[in-house]
Amino acid sequence: MRMDESGRSGLSQIAMMPIHFLMGVLDAPLRWLQRATGINGMAAFFLLPNMMIFGVFVLLPFFINFAYSMTGGTALFLPDRSFVGADQYARLFDCGSYIDPGSCAEDTFWTAVRNTGWFVVLQVTLMILVSLVTALILNRELMARSFWRAVFFFPVLLSPVVVGLIWKWILQRQGLLNFGLYSLGFDPHVWLNDRNWSFAATIGVSIWAHMGFYTLILLAGLQAIPKDLYEAAEMDGTRPARAFWRITLPLLMPNLLVVVVLVLIRAVQIFDEVYVLTGGGPGTSTLYLTQYIYETGFAAQLRNPGLAAAASILMGAVLVVLTLLQLGLGRSEKKGGRK
Amino acid sequence: MGHIKLTNVKKSFGAVDVIHDINLEIMDGEFVVFVGPSGCGKSTLLRMIAGLDRPTSGELAIDGKVVNTVPAADRGLAMVFQSYALYPHMSVRQNLAFGLENTRMPKDEIAARIAEAARMLEIEPYLDRRPGQLSGGQRQRVAIGRAIVRRPVAFLLDEPLSNLDAELRGSTRAELAALHARLAATMIYVTHDQVEAMTLADRIVVLRAGRIEQVGTPLELYNRPANRFVAGFIGSPHMNFLEGTVESMHATRAIATLAGGHRLEVPVGSATVTKGARIALGVRPHHIALGGGEASIPAKIRLVESLGAETVLHADVAGQKVLVVAPGQHDLEPGADIGLSLSAAPIHVFDDKGLRLDHAL
Amino acid sequence: MSRIVRFLTRRRGGKGWHWTDIVTWTWLVGGLLIMFGPAVWLVGSSFKSPAALAEFPPTILPYVTQKVTVEGYDKPLDLYEATLEDGSTVVLAEVRRIGVMSQMVDPAKPGEIIKVNIAKRTPVREMSFATENYTEPFTHFDFVRYLWNSVFVTVTATLITLVVNSMAAFALSKYEFRGRTVAMLLILATLMVPLSVIMVPLYSIVSALGLFNSLWGVILPTVATPTGVFILRQYMLTIPDELVDAARMDKASEWQIYWRIILPLTAPALAVLAIFSVVWRWNDFLWPLIVLSRKELYTLQVGLSIYSGELNVQWHFILAMTVVTMIPVVLVFIFLQRFITTGIAGTGLK
Ligand SMILES: Nc1ncnc2c1ncn2[C@@H]1O[C@H](COP(=O)(O)OP(=O)(O)O)[C@@H](O)[C@H]1O
Ligand SMILES: [Mg+2]
Repeated sequence: MRMDESGRSGLSQIAMMPIHFLMGVLDAPLRWLQRATGINGMAAFFLLPNMMIFGVFVLLPFFINFAYSMTGGTALFLPDRSFVGADQYARLFDCGSYIDPGSCAEDTFWTAVRNTGWFVVLQVTLMILVSLVTALILNRELMARSFWRAVFFFPVLLSPVVVGLIWKWILQRQGLLNFGLYSLGFDPHVWLNDRNWSFAATIGVSIWAHMGFYTLILLAGLQAIPKDLYEAAEMDGTRPARAFWRITLPLLMPNLLVVVVLVLIRAVQIFDEVYVLTGGGPGTSTLYLTQYIYETGFAAQLRNPGLAAAASILMGAVLVVLTLLQLGLGRSEKKGGRK
Repeated sequence: MGHIKLTNVKKSFGAVDVIHDINLEIMDGEFVVFVGPSGCGKSTLLRMIAGLDRPTSGELAIDGKVVNTVPAADRGLAMVFQSYALYPHMSVRQNLAFGLENTRMPKDEIAARIAEAARMLEIEPYLDRRPGQLSGGQRQRVAIGRAIVRRPVAFLLDEPLSNLDAELRGSTRAELAALHARLAATMIYVTHDQVEAMTLADRIVVLRAGRIEQVGTPLELYNRPANRFVAGFIGSPHMNFLEGTVESMHATRAIATLAGGHRLEVPVGSATVTKGARIALGVRPHHIALGGGEASIPAKIRLVESLGAETVLHADVAGQKVLVVAPGQHDLEPGADIGLSLSAAPIHVFDDKGLRLDHAL
Repeated sequence: MSRIVRFLTRRRGGKGWHWTDIVTWTWLVGGLLIMFGPAVWLVGSSFKSPAALAEFPPTILPYVTQKVTVEGYDKPLDLYEATLEDGSTVVLAEVRRIGVMSQMVDPAKPGEIIKVNIAKRTPVREMSFATENYTEPFTHFDFVRYLWNSVFVTVTATLITLVVNSMAAFALSKYEFRGRTVAMLLILATLMVPLSVIMVPLYSIVSALGLFNSLWGVILPTVATPTGVFILRQYMLTIPDELVDAARMDKASEWQIYWRIILPLTAPALAVLAIFSVVWRWNDFLWPLIVLSRKELYTLQVGLSIYSGELNVQWHFILAMTVVTMIPVVLVFIFLQRFITTGIAGTGLK
């Protein structure tokens, strides 16, 4: 036992030797720096790399995005671009009727907005329902609960590309789904060539891929509810359905709100798995906002980074509202919440 | 070596003044104890001496050199923390070696110092264990060992015994005293426990709300507390205070009336009090005798705690609580009327601001 | 009716089956099929030959038509079990097909052509794993390159993330300085600025830095993760400040305090972040898709999506490559699942 431990630490010591050496070499100049700047100066030193990367790759783009949205042309570098004021926004909003994307100058944008809107409404509702039911079921006294939890969690780690390909393979003409229907005596169908089925598939697949994550958060919330509350309710003769509405749901509410906002934020940004699964098609039936921005900014024949920037800022505004909603909800919960 | 001087040292955290104007000189080899209630600024004062916090103003000198801007590492001090602050991921040996390695000391010298300290503190069997595998008392020794191997100019100890159980605290206290005698190094020791202060200190510094209330040897503090706070803080159980009024004065003594109307002669002269002045009489529980007689103060017993060798009586004198420690065993019941005699007791007199009124000499 | 309900509810908690038990197990078993089924189907399909993949209805296991070399014919011929006019069944090799008629020969007697209606013949099949689906992409598609690119991006980005985030977390948890709260808020505010919102200007910045079409252009923008800083800082806050003070008294430099005291003690949180970072970077798609336009720089995800989007999709290769892409994540899942699930439940991060 004792020897085993010292042996292991000996091995890891050898593995760590180059790192120790490197860190040791760094120590001398950094001691010198510390002498020059004092201890609080070192705080700045530790913060610097992260903040620099953060500044260059997050803050800076965030701010110049506004500049981009006010320029036109296909040139990529900001100095090469011409100032057009609010033209890009005007173009996005140039519509005969906002209900009919066909009447808009930038009809694909409005198609994407409409698609994303429907997607968000349907996907979020279904996602919450499915995750909640699964969490409730996993919270029962189950044999091998951690196994079942793992079953639903499994797709969460898969890459969106893999998810998209798995389902593309299943939904294609010779796929598993058609095989199933065929065995039951139904006609095969090319699902992803059908506008409505394709849309439904993006919702189904994104729920398949992410529900395990939200189930986990909800399950953690459920398990934090003290069991004696239910025992007390049972002593009072409360029926299970009533216990659910009066005990489970109110106490789960903090976690549920977090989940709702997270699902919302991610639904608005949906891209990866859909891009691989349907590529936005057929036609524009599964074209969502992020793909619109991506294609307008980079891929379309007539590239228009300014327009893409303007659209991304509009989308950012929606996300900020949703995030603030989450912060606000979190705060009010902390204020009134249990310890 | 080990001479520390604080001049007008102040410390504030933001808008909150924690230490007000401290002047203090600590001699080489002295064992000084900072004592005071929790939150009075003892740790803050110690950390400023250590160099972990900067004074907001004032001057701090070690061995005659002003060290205000010298980082902790370069002050040549060692500290024992209340939580021991042992590095949990290192063995005891590595814990002791860490500080020495940082000074680029030769390996064999490090080994020699560790061996010596380990022998002194009897921690040799645990040298290859992690702190998590040690008992509280063993960790405490390691924390002291980590300070010893550094051979510091002065040791700073912040409530080092407060995480130990009562029995261990007693024995470790004795060992610390022995250690000080042996090392003859300056030690500054912080505690909120006046018993530790009394037993360990060459000199005690009593702190309260960031100010020094009194500095002196343990017996000076016990016998001549400078104010009501020190009087109440030093000594166990606490000193009793009886409120009264000066009725008449003589050259070297005065007559005071207690709240219940009882009259008492107190040892202050006309130079220090005036007639009608409100005073408080401090009497230690051990100095009050039980007994009737003319001069005794009538009291009612509230509670009796029989400890065997002595009996602690909680009594009530005209609405004021008085604690009496009577030697031996007494068969008394709560509710009984007794008389308390102060004739043999040293009486400490404090004015209405709580300052000691000296005996007229 | 109500009696039935009472009867059922009465058995609740006992040994009998309540309707909720039935719902539970239906849901669980259905979940098992839906969650694992597709992946299993993918793995099964990845071992099928192109011909077997094109078949409908598909078989569960990978079968191929047996072939035989017949004297006088260059190529191996497919074997069929044919029903002859006299009602007997024989095994024949197909030479060619004309309309609904198939010309066949008996491998034993190659001279004589037998005509059989195609409805009267069924292929003779054997199980065979098309492992070439896995081996060929290595030469065909620069697959090794993609694999290497993905590994490089994942490992490098994770290492940098760990170092950079832990340094920032150390500063934000163990030092008091002006602007600390501002820095923390700034970092957390990043959560509100996802890639999809800033991809246009980010692209131009990455290009301006000369990182377009460079793996570093994929790595660097991702490493200052706010979640990483956040969980490391939360963890470091639980390390007593007195340890830092003790190390300062022990003449340790701030850098030494960082890597000899704080880093080792933060190991559990670092491990969690490392796992997440590996999964994040391995799965990254949109950003590499934007930054990498040269084939030899593609990561697995980009390569896969590009090849699967081609007009003539070579599914047998795509499926096999997809399986390979899944492997690291599945390994993470198998060995670290419990670790991750508790991590998510505790911090709510993904
Ligand atoms: N870093 C700090 N920031 C703000 N206030 C502090 C800080 N450290 C200590 N204090 C305050 O200073 C006072 C003295 O603290 P301390 O020296 O730890 O007391 P003691 O050790 O005597 O119990 C306390 O009221 C405490 O709240
Ligand atoms: Mg303290």
